[in-house]
Formats: sequence, C-alpha cells, structure tokens
Amino acid sequence: MTRRSDRPRRRRFRIARIFGIAGLLVVAAIGLGLVYLLYPRPVLQSEPIAVETLYAQLESLQPVSAFDTIVEPRLRSVALFEEVGRVLQSPRCMNCHPATDRPTQTEAMWPHMPWVSRGLDGGGEANMRCTTCHQAQNAEASGVPGNAKWSLAPIEMAWQGKSLGDICRQLLDPARSHMTREELLHHMAEDDLVGWAWNPGGGRQPAPGTQDEFGALVAAWLETGAQCPQ
Amino acid sequence: MVYAVRVNGSLHKVEADGQTPLLWVLRDTLGLTGTKYGCGIAQCGACTVHVDGQPMRSCSLPIEFVGSAEVTTIEAIDDPIATAVQQAWVARDVPQCGFCQSGQVMSAVALLRAMPSPSDSDIDTAMSGNICRCATYNRIRAAIHDAAATLRGEAV
Ligand code: FES
Ligand code: FES
Repeated sequence: MTRRSDRPRRRRFRIARIFGIAGLLVVAAIGLGLVYLLYPRPVLQSEPIAVETLYAQLESLQPVSAFDTIVEPRLRSVALFEEVGRVLQSPRCMNCHPATDRPTQTEAMWPHMPWVSRGLDGGGEANMRCTTCHQAQNAEASGVPGNAKWSLAPIEMAWQGKSLGDICRQLLDPARSHMTREELLHHMAEDDLVGWAWNPGGGRQPAPGTQDEFGALVAAWLETGAQCPQ
Repeated sequence: MVYAVRVNGSLHKVEADGQTPLLWVLRDTLGLTGTKYGCGIAQCGACTVHVDGQPMRSCSLPIEFVGSAEVTTIEAIDDPIATAVQQAWVARDVPQCGFCQSGQVMSAVALLRAMPSPSDSDIDTAMSGNICRCATYNRIRAAIHDAAATLRGEAV
C-alpha cells in the first residue's frame, strides 16, 4: 500500500526537479544573453570612405612652332588642323555638337539625362530650356556645369560621327558654320562658352592645352591656307 | 554673405554661402517644405520652382545667381491655370506617394502658361525632366489635358 502511494509523489518530485533544472538553465541562458547584449562595447564610428578624386589628366597641345619643321605648306596646314582636331574631338566639344537633337554628356558621351531636345534655338524646348538646370556658371552642389551661353551648336555643325576632314570642310563652309574665317577664329580663340572646355570643373576632363594655345593653332592653320585632312 | 531673395511676393534676407542651392534656402531657411529634395543633381524635377515664371531646378540654382528674380514655389502658385491644374490633379487622383508631385504641378503650370493646348508629345517633352518613381505619368498627362480643356471652357 505504502509503496503504491509513494510512486506518484516520487514521480512528481522527479518532474519538478527536471523542470527546475530546465528553468534554471533558461534563466541562466537569458541572464548570459543579457550580459552579452548589454555589455558596454565601443559604438561603431562612421569612417570616411576613401573617395577617389578624379584629378583630370591634363593633356597638352603642341605649340605652333613644333610644326615649323614641316616645309611643305599644305602638309603643315593639315598637321596644324590635326592638332586642332584633338580639341574639337574631345568630349568637351563633341557633347554639344551632336548629330541629333539631343546632346551627350560626360567623357563617355552618354545621351543627356534628363531627356532634352535642342528646340528652335538650340537652347532647349519651352519647358525644358537649358537654363532650367544650367546656370551662368558651374553649380557646385549639384555638379551641373554652366555658362551664360549654354546651348547646342546648330545641327548644320554636327560633329559627332564625322571624320576630322569632314569637320574641317564643314567649318570652312559658311553655309554650315554660319561664320566667316575671322568669326571662326574668334569663336575658337575667345568665345567664353568654348573657353569653358578648358575649365570644366567638377572633375571633368578639360580639353587639351589652353584656349590661347588652341587659338594660336587655329590662326596658324588659317594662315597656312586652311587645308583639310582627307 | 547676405542675399535678398524675392520668394512668393516677399523679400527675404538670407545669410548663406553663394553656392548654396536655392532649394536649401527655401526648405531650411524659409521653411517652405512644399518643394522637395529628390536627387540634388538636376535629374528628377522634384525641386522645380518658377523663377521669373520659368520652371527651374532649385537644387541646381546657387543662391548667388537668383539676383532680383521672383521665385514662386508650390505654396504660392495662384492663378486660373494653377487652379485648373490643381483641380484636375484632385479629380484624377494623380498622386500616389506624392513626393514628386509639387514639381510635377510646377512644370505642368509652366507648360500650360506657354502652351494652352499641348499635345501628348508636347506634354512628354515638357515633363521629361520630372521623374515619378510611382509612375503616375499617364494620370499626369490626362490631368494636363483636363486642365487645358477646363481653361478653354470645355466640359471635362
Ligand atoms: S532635387 Fe532637383 S532635380 Fe532632383
Ligand atoms: S507620386 Fe510617388 S514619386 Fe510621383
């Protein structure tokens, strides 16, 4: 009798002990977890990210005197224009001389973002004028380049996709360039929108050389008969 | 440096670096938070305001270039065209999240001022600089047509 009535009590005792141990383990685990979570540790500090500064690679132009050794005037003129062409065919110039109604941008000459179109005067469409975003000078915070005359070259002066020889003949044709030779020289050597190409700012690659050196090369090319490459 | 800027009809004296974008002056200094900061690099149009009536991206307009121009923000556009646009926007339930919408409305109002009866392609061209991540473009285009019709006295 006695043994029979003892059994459930012993079983209850065993169950209580198992739960007791399990409970202790749980409490201990929670305690350890809290200690781990709440243990003071240094707060993560923000670290400056190494920004790769795009120091534009400066390219120089050869001076006019470098072409003095070419005796034959026609060849000298062509060689001078080929040096001029290094500027004309740089993205800084080509981006605004597109073959479509849309400018390109960056050294990679991507299509302009946002979508814009030249409009009637090369200064954009009614609601999307160049001046919607481009101001009289570069804007530092947004990185948007600027000049008071920011606009596209006329479509007759499209350079993208043309050979250097074709660009040369186009420049010399007043029907397409809308410029006399004097005006052409002025545009190249003194125009300040053209001059932006040598001071583009914002990590953009400038056109080779300086505007003065470029102007001297254009003047020398015109003086030597303005010969064009093939 | 201190700049005097005309915003929504009143002159405000603002102390700021000359290259500070107009957008920051509007939002942080003048508390006009209806104009939104989307990208800060003239790509999205959320910050569009009118400068002497022309839509401009205020994130890309340094305060030193504002000069004596009159700046109008979404808080103050108020003429029959603006009213027609606002009503069409409500009727068409144009906004989704709404973030781009003050810029969209500013561009739409400027478009209807310049072009009372724009075609679909006129609208697409004029609004191409206003991005909507919720893609409400079809409703925007329909609402601009509705506003134009209302202004012509037609029933919508
Ligand atoms: S914030 Fe100005 S265009 Fe995006
Ligand atoms: S409604 Fe959400 S971004 Fe245009």
